[in-house]
Amino acid sequence: MDSYKQIIKNGLWDNNQAFVALLGLCPLLAVSNTVINGLGLGLATTLTLIVSSSIVSLIRQHVGSEIRLPVFVLIIASIVTAIELLMNAFFYELYLILGIFIPLIVTNCAIIGRAEAFASKNPLGASCVDGLAMGLGFTAALVVLGAMREILGAGTLFANAHLMFGEAAKDMVIYVIRDYEGFLLAILPPGAFIGLGLLIALKNLIDKRLAQPASQAVSFSMGTEKA
Amino acid sequence: MANNKTLMMRSGLVLGLFSLIGIGLVSLTQSVTHEKITENERLYVLKNLRELVPETLHDNDLLADPLHVVDTEAFGNAHEVTVYKAIKNQQLVAIIASTTAADGYNGSIKLLVAIRNNGELLGVRVVSHHETPGLGDAIDTNKSDWIYSFNGRSLNNPSPRLWQVKKDGGEFDQFTGATITPRAVVKAVLKTLQYYQANKKTLTSTIQQTNG
Repeated sequence: MDSYKQIIKNGLWDNNQAFVALLGLCPLLAVSNTVINGLGLGLATTLTLIVSSSIVSLIRQHVGSEIRLPVFVLIIASIVTAIELLMNAFFYELYLILGIFIPLIVTNCAIIGRAEAFASKNPLGASCVDGLAMGLGFTAALVVLGAMREILGAGTLFANAHLMFGEAAKDMVIYVIRDYEGFLLAILPPGAFIGLGLLIALKNLIDKRLAQPASQAVSFSMGTEKA
Repeated sequence: MANNKTLMMRSGLVLGLFSLIGIGLVSLTQSVTHEKITENERLYVLKNLRELVPETLHDNDLLADPLHVVDTEAFGNAHEVTVYKAIKNQQLVAIIASTTAADGYNGSIKLLVAIRNNGELLGVRVVSHHETPGLGDAIDTNKSDWIYSFNGRSLNNPSPRLWQVKKDGGEFDQFTGATITPRAVVKAVLKTLQYYQANKKTLTSTIQQTNG
């Protein structure tokens, strides 16, 4: 079993569901047009992941392998519907914006992916942490992509924050570029694809930089062994 | 063979059990949140209506006893139109029609059209739309002031011939790169005005009936 630290690192970086596994693209691309939209959907997805991974982990020994996938789908669909109703009741204004994307969480392959690849093989604690880490990694991806598109597309950050944090957050909006005309492409779906591509490239670049000194050290030590 | 059968039975039972649990969870949440959701929806509609018809103008519950009209000929589409009534001292002071412009660039545009009893527009608001961000979405109040250009207009202001976007020879501005969206909105507002003109008497009489 992986250590918790490893699980968290996996979720946030090494196996980030959006940047590495490229799962959940449908909600990722559709809702990442502003930071707040991204954050809202990200948190809803995280909650779904934690609950579904925990339940799947709890029942993993009682469900035969032939029917595990339909059972997982049932569990995830029920949880998402419940979350949708709760958001509708308690975050109505945000629900009006994210409304049609919340049911789409069901189709986010990252959730059934984690249920199948991790929670069905690991104990409750680890699965719960895995759900949280994967969810936060996905949320981070949504927020970063959202920030990128919001700045380029509208010149603001945190627009509509009051939908999530109440009226007091109305002043949270940051006008990064004053009197900005807006770069339409960034807000439209192609902007999401291009933005995601750039972010993945950036992540790979960072990974490569980080890996370089390590691999040099390895080849060096291997060289000495041969000698 | 028998082994296979019991396995199938077992799987079926487990699957059925999980369906039941799922249904239970969803119905439980539904029953807990149902009231709050209905209330949210009511308040949201009310908030939108209040923006068009301020409280000083009426003394009734705007959401009480609305009319539901389906009139393909008058509105140009088969969507149901809800007509809310603003009443003061038992007189109809204004109506707010929740209507749909079905010919937006990207599907339907839902509108609220508030008309004073003298036939003047109190205002128009877009409730929901799927128009292109940055082009057609200027019909939204937080994107541009365009929708306020209907305030105070009526069937004869501008004259019926000018109830079109400028590109079609009318008086209303279109947007750079988007003519279809404002054209659809102008048309829907005009149709609502015409509907009110044609049905003013019936609308007024329904109120006297309910009061008398």
